[in-house]
Amino acid sequence: MRLVVFIGIVVLTGTAGDICVSHAMKRIGEVHSFRPAVVLPALLRAFRHATMWMGIALMAVAFFSLLALLSWADASLVVPATALSYVAGAFGAKFILGEKVAPVRWAGVILVCAGVALLSLS
Amino acid sequence: MNSRTYSLIVSAVFFSSLGNVLLSKGMKQIGEVKSYTPADLLPVFVKTFSSGTIWLGIASLLVFFVSYLLLLSWADFSFVQPVCAIGPAGVAVLSYFLLGEIISPTRWMGVVLISAGVALVSGSEPRTVGD
Repeated sequence: MRLVVFIGIVVLTGTAGDICVSHAMKRIGEVHSFRPAVVLPALLRAFRHATMWMGIALMAVAFFSLLALLSWADASLVVPATALSYVAGAFGAKFILGEKVAPVRWAGVILVCAGVALLSLS
Repeated sequence: MNSRTYSLIVSAVFFSSLGNVLLSKGMKQIGEVKSYTPADLLPVFVKTFSSGTIWLGIASLLVFFVSYLLLLSWADFSFVQPVCAIGPAGVAVLSYFLLGEIISPTRWMGVVLISAGVALVSGSEPRTVGD
């Protein structure tokens, strides 16, 4: 039970972090060029959004929870289970960011989730 | 998918894989951490951050993160996240061909499923939200 709760924390905080960062980057708008003179000010603008900092903080929580979890749980179970992030990510993108996740994309996400889980089995 | 999206995905995938491989190589050179008391961790910490391999790994992951952020400035998260999963599959295939590592049938199955999933997602429109 404790294992399920911890895996849930890792997956949900990690996904929430990505969703927040994605939200902040959408707010600054499309970055059209790779030139440092364009990229650096764009990134600085992104860091003026609270969701950027929340996203990075959540990613840090996910990272340290994963480390804590790996210190007592079996990595061959934990690492494949974190592939659930792909499904959680698609749900978050749909319901929080308002993206249109078409059936083809859902099918792709589920294949990727299963594939990442299998690949990380040792 | 336009060429800018494509180049950023290639950059994100390449630098996250490279960064993880470098960090893994750097940490293996430092050796297994056997004790977690602050007194024992301090020398590990010093050795880690004086390793060139570790810094190259951190620099690669930084390039990955910037590419990932730029991608998210226009592409859907539900597009970017699954498409970037081609990285671990690519690392498995490269380690088979370049390093002669043995990949179990289960892991090959994973590579096949990821490739199929990425093919499906990358065929969809990268952006579905308006401005």
